[in-house]
Amino acid sequence: MSGPRDLYPEAILEHSRSPRNFRAVEGANRSAAGVNPLCGDEITVSLKLGAGVIEDIGFLGEGCAISRASASMMTAAVKQGTAAQAEALFRQVEALLSGSGPASPDLGAMASLSAIAQFPARVKCASLAWHALRAALEGSAKVSTE
Amino acid sequence: MGPSLDVEQVRKDFPILLQEVRGKPLVYLDSAATSQKPRAVIDAVARYYLEDNANVHRGVHLLSERATAHFEEAREKVRRFLNAAHAHEIVFVRGATEAINLVAQSWGRPRLRPGDEIVITEMEHHSNIVPWQLLCEEKGAKLRVAPIDDLGQLRLDELERLLGPRTRLLSLAHVSNALGTINPAREIVSMARERNVPVLLDGAQAAPHLEVDVQALGCDFYAFSGHKLFGPTGIGVLWGRAELLEAMPPWQGGGDMISSVSFERTTWNKLPWKFEAGTPDIAGAIGLGAAIDYLSGLGMDAVAAHESDLLAYGTDALRQVPGLRLIGTAPKRAGVLSFLLGDIHPHDVGTVLDGEGIAIRTGHHCAQPLMRRFGVPATARASIALYNRRADIDALLRGLQKVREVFG
Repeated sequence: MSGPRDLYPEAILEHSRSPRNFRAVEGANRSAAGVNPLCGDEITVSLKLGAGVIEDIGFLGEGCAISRASASMMTAAVKQGTAAQAEALFRQVEALLSGSGPASPDLGAMASLSAIAQFPARVKCASLAWHALRAALEGSAKVSTE
Repeated sequence: MGPSLDVEQVRKDFPILLQEVRGKPLVYLDSAATSQKPRAVIDAVARYYLEDNANVHRGVHLLSERATAHFEEAREKVRRFLNAAHAHEIVFVRGATEAINLVAQSWGRPRLRPGDEIVITEMEHHSNIVPWQLLCEEKGAKLRVAPIDDLGQLRLDELERLLGPRTRLLSLAHVSNALGTINPAREIVSMARERNVPVLLDGAQAAPHLEVDVQALGCDFYAFSGHKLFGPTGIGVLWGRAELLEAMPPWQGGGDMISSVSFERTTWNKLPWKFEAGTPDIAGAIGLGAAIDYLSGLGMDAVAAHESDLLAYGTDALRQVPGLRLIGTAPKRAGVLSFLLGDIHPHDVGTVLDGEGIAIRTGHHCAQPLMRRFGVPATARASIALYNRRADIDALLRGLQKVREVFG
């Protein structure tokens, strides 16, 4: 039920090994760092926002496989979408990570994060990049998971 | 040397160890975070609440007398455990953190002048960094940090250089929580005393593993936590030389710490109660006393010998794991195996191990400056105590094999 392969399915391992959009966005007009004081991990999300649309997004930083994979999946999912869509998706990811119900079909690859709900200590790893994205969209520079 | 430790017999005294987690037998390798409690401790706490519970030091009734007697007996047990000269040198606090803060606030604050210096080391836990930073900031004093070498040993030559005419205190770990390094405390204390620098030893990670004799060490303050010593959480000890404690003002005001109170003038109670304002953690102190009895029954020399053998076994075993880097390889260590596995993040290592029923700590271990020294954000730390055995290390190795399979 909670073996390592459930927590680290192929999609997570693959995204963590070869993260998408692992770069600083050129000409970014928003960015924010997400810090997890529990482990010292930090992920910086930068993006180009134009007329409410996330035209480009990238992330950099050091983190565990889960935070890296989640950040990678996030950037792929929200790119070219609106800020409002990103916020709605974050709520679905939060629901998934809290184990409150089945994964919404909108989540795509991110559904592979579902087993994390059984490891509460790791939920913050998966939501770190999302908190940074939300902070960037709100215009803050830094956000902590604590 | 006393009789050797029968670890299988010892394990029967720790009911929590005999369980399965995530469908696997529990392998507890996180005693540096907190130790498990023997039944004797759990029973002593329960017995106190079932039979003796009353407030201490003020009742005229029998229960209060019994509670007071047990509470003060616990103080005497701590005195013997540390080989302190007097029971009134034993101050009950919440833990090592509070003990250090007490010294910073009550000893340091009235004494420190602008330009004075407090010396600590690069391997300190945040609890032996931040109280001094707060104090130095308030007083315009300087915090100086003695460096360590690549093995995780204190550079004694550099430390000696830092002990100058403005040094008011040297505060350092007896044993490092993140590396396990045992500092040569006796040598360091004598180096400091030659320069009239008092020494505080943070013994949170030493007391569970080594025989501690504060008179032989020659230090001025010694701090440790009950919960790392197989006792309850919420209780700890500050030992201080009587003459130093006498000269210090109380640090918290309230009941029990006074001799007499009027709105014009209050006089302080004697040691140690001057530092114990309010109702203390009576059950905690009694539980700590029971833990010390338990340890005395086993013999600290037997405990130390068992652990030293196990740590050597664990060190050799981990060295055989491909891609594993031990952080902290000082020849003299206690309790701790800190490591990195390839470029796999320690949290991922810890989570896969958790899935195998193996509890370790991952992260910066409240020693972020130390992590920076080794150029890592975090490590995985397996820590041992008297109830661990070679089979636990073997389980850890199998778990690490699983980690490598997952992250390949």
